[in-house]
Amino acid sequence: MSPAEQNAVRQSARNGWLLSVPALLVLALAASGPLLIVVYYSFLTANDTGGVIRQFSLEGWRGIFLTYDIFDEEYRLADAHLTIFWRSVWLSLTTTLVTFAVGFPTAWFIATRPAQQRAMWLFLITIPFWTNLLIRTFAINEVIRNEGILNTALIWLGVIDRPLQIVYTETAVLIGMAYVYLPLMVLPLYATIERFDMRLLEASYDLYASRWRTLRRVILPIVKPGIIAGSILVFVPSLGAYVTPRVLGGGKKMMIGNFIELQFLQGKNWPLGAALSVTLLIIVMGALLIYVRVANRDRSSDHG
Amino acid sequence: MAERSFEISRLPGFATIAIAAFALLYLPIFTLVIYSFNASNSVAVWGGFSLHWYADAWANQAVKDATVRSLVIGASAAVLATTLATLAALGTTRRKAFKGQTFIYVMINQPLMVPEVVTAVALLIFFGIIKVATGYQGLGYLIAAHTAFCIPFAYLPIRARLESMDLALETAAADLYASPWQTFRRVTLPLLAPGIMAGAMLAFVISLDDVVITEFVKSGGQDTLPTYMLGQLRRAFTPEVNAISTMLLGVTVVLLTAFFLLTRKKD
Amino acid sequence: MIKYGDELGVSVADAVTISARNVVKAFGQGAGTVRALDDVSVDIRQGEFFTLLGPSGCGKTTLLRLIAGFEMPTDGTILLDGADITTLPPNRRPVNTVFQSYALFPHLTVAQNIAFGLEMLGKPAAEVKARTAQMLALVKLEAMAGRKTSQLSGGQQQRVALARALAPQPKVLLLDEPLSALDLKLRKEMQIELKRLQTETGITFVFVTHDQEEALTMSDRIAVMSAGKIQQVGTAKEIYIHPRNRFVASFIGETNFLTGTAEEGALRLATGERIEVPGLKAGGHATVIVRPEQLRLGPAAEGVLRAKVGSLVYFGTDTHCHLALADGTELVARLQNPASGEAGLGEGQEVGIRFAEGAVQRVED
Repeated sequence: MSPAEQNAVRQSARNGWLLSVPALLVLALAASGPLLIVVYYSFLTANDTGGVIRQFSLEGWRGIFLTYDIFDEEYRLADAHLTIFWRSVWLSLTTTLVTFAVGFPTAWFIATRPAQQRAMWLFLITIPFWTNLLIRTFAINEVIRNEGILNTALIWLGVIDRPLQIVYTETAVLIGMAYVYLPLMVLPLYATIERFDMRLLEASYDLYASRWRTLRRVILPIVKPGIIAGSILVFVPSLGAYVTPRVLGGGKKMMIGNFIELQFLQGKNWPLGAALSVTLLIIVMGALLIYVRVANRDRSSDHG
Repeated sequence: MAERSFEISRLPGFATIAIAAFALLYLPIFTLVIYSFNASNSVAVWGGFSLHWYADAWANQAVKDATVRSLVIGASAAVLATTLATLAALGTTRRKAFKGQTFIYVMINQPLMVPEVVTAVALLIFFGIIKVATGYQGLGYLIAAHTAFCIPFAYLPIRARLESMDLALETAAADLYASPWQTFRRVTLPLLAPGIMAGAMLAFVISLDDVVITEFVKSGGQDTLPTYMLGQLRRAFTPEVNAISTMLLGVTVVLLTAFFLLTRKKD
Repeated sequence: MIKYGDELGVSVADAVTISARNVVKAFGQGAGTVRALDDVSVDIRQGEFFTLLGPSGCGKTTLLRLIAGFEMPTDGTILLDGADITTLPPNRRPVNTVFQSYALFPHLTVAQNIAFGLEMLGKPAAEVKARTAQMLALVKLEAMAGRKTSQLSGGQQQRVALARALAPQPKVLLLDEPLSALDLKLRKEMQIELKRLQTETGITFVFVTHDQEEALTMSDRIAVMSAGKIQQVGTAKEIYIHPRNRFVASFIGETNFLTGTAEEGALRLATGERIEVPGLKAGGHATVIVRPEQLRLGPAAEGVLRAKVGSLVYFGTDTHCHLALADGTELVARLQNPASGEAGLGEGQEVGIRFAEGAVQRVED
């Protein structure tokens, strides 16, 4: 490169940074930066009236798994906390599975429509995607609550004579999360399937594979990146879900997100809440890292 | 006679599941909308068509305040986020890869990756410290928070638009004696406008929808529509919430339709 | 056509592998219906290299897809060894395809691609392994067995596609313009390779192409198609020397057309000149063809036809001489260049045209 060219490249990079700085500043102040304070707070001592006392302590972190029994004066496994973790992980995994089971056929259906119809079907998926999560949670609540249309219909049909208690159970949270996060599974799956070379299906059928074997041996391995992307997109917000378990779990079937809120807004234990937040963040980052790894591996093996 | 077709891309049962999925996706939303027009006081019984829940919501001072607050925050956040995102998009696209570019991408997309409740906690603590230090309690905190998480949503369509733009157009402008600023004003910006509009609309919708971060950051008496509705849950469910939801839903659908028309590829 | 089987003393069903009977394939509905195949009947014999040749949109690929089972005909039947396979799904037909795009599975290695069909047929693992190795050797890709297909060159991908389709030992191998993506040199090599594979395996090949040279050099028999119909079926020589109609004559090689009034054993042109056409019956309008290499030029007084030299285009081995008859009809003569490199003609010169023995052929319009 000539000095003039080098100069031009350097100036271009400088301009790139300069133009990005205002956005970065806002993000650093109102999104990323404060995350560091959360880490700091997780190592401080709880103040019983809310907030913290600026004194180093590991109680917050210990509190994730252990609880101090004031009668026996010893630490015990915090069963209630473990139940919440287990519920969060279990519900998030099940939500991911349910959304995949429904979302994959849906994405396949959209991707195999004639080109001019596809935009319409996709639009029908994106409307719920952009609609307020709270509204959608209210909406599913209208269906499954005791006086909701599901119970009303079942009673009218004579299938049951008393309404099924669905709301305020784990099932309700699962139904709600699967409902609100379904578009997050469908969209990346659609993006991958749309690029899938349908001629490979002809090759597979030509080589004696049945439809089921074509699905298992050809389609699923090739659209794997989309499956992983969709699973991460559903799993991550499920794990941190706050609104859906609060509305449909009725404060009883808490998930990590609600548990964190409890520590802060009810003013009980800020360091514990901070430690829980950091833990959640680490799990989510781990999941994202796995995704990036897998995506990169698939891309590099494609191009030799 | 045997079936005279073999549809290559058909998989058994898939269409049925897909249609069922679409039905299940919309059934709850339609239910919500229909119930908002229910004349009956009870949420369980259909008592005929009525607009009185809308009238109730309209007459409710708290709802009015929350609506105005949502709109003010949404509009401010959308304008700020779109401006910042446009600058960042101009800075990060269509130039040779430079040192730190990946860092900028990660920073901009960070709100998409971190669980909302974690960001909410972080802002609660951080803004809490500032509130104590400065004594300022206003809407600025909410606007700043909303601006931050709206940036990636505004950034994506603008960047996509920029990347699909033909560099030759700007070269042509320069060839026709336009200065860099004139080129930007007269060529780049008008071509970019649909992307900017789309970004602004998405940012507005995202801001209007936010519950978690607002719930943690708001000071007393700073409810937006979503946090107001969430608060109503402590009491009995009323069709008034359905009416507010339906109105919000309407705004979202209108904005999204506009967004799609703006970003639609010309055939 | 039936004589072929009779002469060999075998039944017709044994000799014919694929038989299409009155096949119609229509796409679309109502006024927009397009007939991609319009009442096509053809018999493809066992062990032959059969080519479907025609311009794009003539229906050749549609016919191939009907045989493969990717599409089903609107009307008519398709028989394989005498059995009706018209509505059999593709995964139950003992027929394999080499796709134009190759359609190799990107997530599988070369060996896994080749083994795919055998595995789907439920062959024992040992047989799959042995057969895959045999196929790799056949297409000379032993060294590439473990590679992903995206790491191969176009020619190598082509070979994998061939090996994959041949591995299950199909009764018929269908090839859909398999050489069109290759460059000229590689295409020539693959033509020889394909012919070798066909001879070695003895499998019936049905080959689709729009390239007449490819068709002429490789095929045992060729079906020339146009507008959803088969125009003529025959060996390369038959369709070149005795094209049945104007379309076949113009699509295969270069041709001069002459039209005029039919007389007993001759054609009277508009210029009043007369060309002998053995067997032509008097009455009505007729068209004859003469290939450019069959024209002989001499002094104006000695020819059957009198023409004026228009332009001369030098092609190295020969010169193309564009001629005009008195009524403006244009003809092209291909003249072999003498060692001196000069054809000895000048533009605007008056010449006489004669035709080689038997070169003038009558064709249907």
